[in-house]
Amino acid sequence: MKKPLSLLLTAAMCASLLAGCSSASTDTSASTAAAPATESASEAGSAEAQAATTESTGSVSVFKLGGTAPLTGAAAIYGNAVKNGAQIAVDEINAAGGPVQFELKYEDDENDPEKAVSAYNALKDWGMQLSLASVTTKPCEATSTEHNTDRIFGLTPSASSTAVTEGKDNVFQMCFADPNQGIASADYIADQKLGTKIAVIYRNDDVYSSGIFEKFKAEAAVKGLEIVSEQPFTDASSSDFSVQLTDAKNAGADLLFLPIYYQPASLILQQAKAMDYAPKFFGVDGMDGILTLEGFDTSLAEGVMLLTPFNADATDEKTQSFVTKYKELYGDVPNQFAADAYDCVYAYKEALEKSGATADMTAEELCDKMIETFPTLTFDGLTGTGITWDSTGAVSKSPKGMVIENGAYVGME
Amino acid sequence: MKQFKNLLTVRRDNTISYGIVILAFLVIQGMIASGNISSSLKGQLVPICAYIVMAVSLNLTVGILGELSLGHAGFMSVGAFTGIVVSTSLAAAIPSAPLRLAVSMVIGGLFAGLAGVIVGIPVLRLKGDYLAIVTLAFGEIIKNIINVLYIGLDENGLHFSILQQSFTLAEGGRMIINGPMGVSGVEKISSFTSGFVLILVTLFIILNLVHSRTGRAVMSVRDNKIAAESIGISVTRCKLLAFVISAVFAGMAGTLYAMNFSTVTASKFDFNTSILILVFVVLGGLGNIWGSIIAAALLTVLPELLRSMNDYRMLIYAILLIVMMIFNNSGARKRLLEWRSARCAARNEKKEGA
Repeated sequence: MKKPLSLLLTAAMCASLLAGCSSASTDTSASTAAAPATESASEAGSAEAQAATTESTGSVSVFKLGGTAPLTGAAAIYGNAVKNGAQIAVDEINAAGGPVQFELKYEDDENDPEKAVSAYNALKDWGMQLSLASVTTKPCEATSTEHNTDRIFGLTPSASSTAVTEGKDNVFQMCFADPNQGIASADYIADQKLGTKIAVIYRNDDVYSSGIFEKFKAEAAVKGLEIVSEQPFTDASSSDFSVQLTDAKNAGADLLFLPIYYQPASLILQQAKAMDYAPKFFGVDGMDGILTLEGFDTSLAEGVMLLTPFNADATDEKTQSFVTKYKELYGDVPNQFAADAYDCVYAYKEALEKSGATADMTAEELCDKMIETFPTLTFDGLTGTGITWDSTGAVSKSPKGMVIENGAYVGME
Repeated sequence: MKQFKNLLTVRRDNTISYGIVILAFLVIQGMIASGNISSSLKGQLVPICAYIVMAVSLNLTVGILGELSLGHAGFMSVGAFTGIVVSTSLAAAIPSAPLRLAVSMVIGGLFAGLAGVIVGIPVLRLKGDYLAIVTLAFGEIIKNIINVLYIGLDENGLHFSILQQSFTLAEGGRMIINGPMGVSGVEKISSFTSGFVLILVTLFIILNLVHSRTGRAVMSVRDNKIAAESIGISVTRCKLLAFVISAVFAGMAGTLYAMNFSTVTASKFDFNTSILILVFVVLGGLGNIWGSIIAAALLTVLPELLRSMNDYRMLIYAILLIVMMIFNNSGARKRLLEWRSARCAARNEKKEGA
């Protein structure tokens, strides 16, 4: 019995050694290089080390920032975008050497609420002070409840359902809430007189898609838009849209609203073209990314309209520098998830500076400070200028209407 | 003498099963009391309890009854959503959380049992692979039904609709199950203690069943259906009994699981979850109840322990799983068991000699 036990203990020790290594290699801030070594040590020990680094470098505060994201599995594209975007912001802030510095750690949640809670708890063990909550909606609903119970402040870059912030005073969003997108889309279509007979294709087993669609439908009724065809699909049937498109065509729809992500949308565009059906296409922020989809003929997306907070082709300096860095480091054009995460970190920086918080505060003290500070903040980021939050945690920023022309996003009037 | 020996092994199996659970509970309670527990482990306690109950109950179908079921998560799903509806509706009537959880669990279990009867009657006429495929389909059907189910609660009571929300709630009402969006804002009333009690109840009923006359009849059906029939055992009755009891506990585990998270979607209880639970059972040993308990706990904790491996986590998990399966089936394990029984025999001989 002794031998297996000792083997097990050895294995555990090896694992903890490896743990130290891996976080040291991803650690980017020089001033925290000592911190990972204390990771497996007791909480108190790491707090002391933290305090020591703070003292030795004067007024620099290193905040432990954590988040859960689907880094593996089907939703990994979003999780990794967020992780990378946040990492760029953290690197920039640490390199600039201001009084507020961050140490970032992401844990994999596999887009599963159960795993997300475990990942969140692992971050808590790590000593997380501020949180980027979760990337995807359902896991974030689960973790936001935990945030609320534990009094750790959370700012999610991309979990858009209202249930994320509902009844939780310390969870804030950086993205539009789903209902706002649905309402904004209906308003936009009605105000710009883009179409009268509208068909919708939405994914009914996806919270994001059905959330937007429900609000769109309600607002369309108010605005006098006629929805002539509403066709759901599910994850399992997201490769063939001929039924939905035929229905829309037969109903004589002149505008097709697609509150879905860009992968199925690209197929819809292809299949609509194949059956000579050419309505106007209108998407939401999930459509962003369609131009960089591998193997997609961008001429198909010509004339597609979408509402999105972020545009990788924007010419302002901030966006350009972010996009260049992202391409350099990760070889991809960043999507709005990455931009939202980048903004989250900078919003935290601003809020921390404004509130005068220091890293030796506990998560609970920071939480109170953030709850106070965030609603007073006016933040300019990649995903909008003059961004504000109300005390419920919902963000207020105006979506930009974009249209795809000659393979690039162009702002609509 | 032989009968007596049998009784002893039965007692030993029972003692091990209860012993593991009670010991683990006491150790963990001690850790919680002394503050020596990581949040990571603490957060997993209730899911572990739920998975243990799932594994033990599936073992009844797969190990004792000998029928392969790939839809066990479907019963969990029925129990989870029924439990949520019940506990939300009774929030005002039963303010005590543990009592409300218990009531929800019982009703969740009953509904899952009902689903078990409905599926079981036609399905248990099938054999082997066919049964596996049909249970697989059942799990998917449950998932899809709950995906289009809308249930709301207001002062006038519960409202149901399918495909689209065709009712409007009165002022102050709230949606309980919101179609594909699942459930949000569940009040978390599951606790480790409730999970522990559920495991004990499950063990008590399943172990007693297995070691009873009915249990032996069920096993005889597994071992040789024709021989069992020839001595007057009603095969259908035995099969249905085991299948439904297994479903009831899966439903109760589902309620426990759902009440531990503030949000649940039907897609959680898919084919993958069914397979995961089957893996627990197979790894723990078919028909071996305490094996299921250990396997379920170990395999639930393992991915979290491997978090430090970052991206290689799931790869290592998979490799460990393969290694464990191979070990379980290998000569090494056999030799180990032979060596142990030889030592036992030697000791007994010595005793008898003395």
